[in-house]
Amino acid sequence: MAISFEKAFGMHPEAMLVRERRAQILSENIANADTPGYKAKDLDFQQALANAQSRQAKPMARTHDKHFNISIEVRQEEKFRNPDQPDTGDGNSVDIHRERNAFLQNSLEYQASMSFLNSRISGLKKAITGGQ
Amino acid sequence: MSLYKVLDISGSGMTAQSVRMNTTASNIANANSVSSSIDQTYRGRHPVFAAELSQARRQQDESTTVKVLGIVESDAPLNVEYAPNHPLADENGYIYKPNINIMEEMANMISASRSYDTNVQTADAAKQMLMRTLQLGQGQ
Repeated sequence: MAISFEKAFGMHPEAMLVRERRAQILSENIANADTPGYKAKDLDFQQALANAQSRQAKPMARTHDKHFNISIEVRQEEKFRNPDQPDTGDGNSVDIHRERNAFLQNSLEYQASMSFLNSRISGLKKAITGGQ
Repeated sequence: MSLYKVLDISGSGMTAQSVRMNTTASNIANANSVSSSIDQTYRGRHPVFAAELSQARRQQDESTTVKVLGIVESDAPLNVEYAPNHPLADENGYIYKPNINIMEEMANMISASRSYDTNVQTADAAKQMLMRTLQLGQGQ
């Protein structure tokens, strides 16, 4: 059986990238919990993971040497959250408890991916060194 | 790495909340500062927060930090009190007290301190995630 480094880690590297991005978005929500008019956002995980796996970056056509090499990242995965209660008066839709729990859950899921990768790496190490 | 940005974002939240704490402390400390004219009386101060979309070099690196737009003075009417025996009373016997509601300021203080705590916890969780990532594959 050949060891394939491509497949050894499965989808976990991409999943971790998406989790990182989600941690960023949730921390934005938490930091802006008192900002008037701020709307809470979240990541559509399924969509984000699919985008990360297919790496959907659409480069613009360059018809001249001096054109910039620009690529547009498709970001449909970022969505606004549906608030649980009507507007409290300042247009802010952050529910701090929900965001905190989502952040906690996200970091646990990140660590789950991490421990999977860790055990995978130690397994590969063992296979390479022959358990010595 | 998005996780480094979490630290920036939480940091901006902590800065904003500490400005709020600062104005609250100033309001509470001056709640009983009496003066003899309307112009000289202390007025309650409150910070104005705004979300700041900081566009970095690459398009995907946008993050929304908190910005303190400025500090505004409250427009609420001052508390005018008739106290002819007060040493600071004007010729009509009135003294002017700041337009600060201590209860409101206490609630503001608690809210600011809770929000500050939450931002600290977020930064701490991000730190742990980063540390674990740096140690990836080092165990046996």
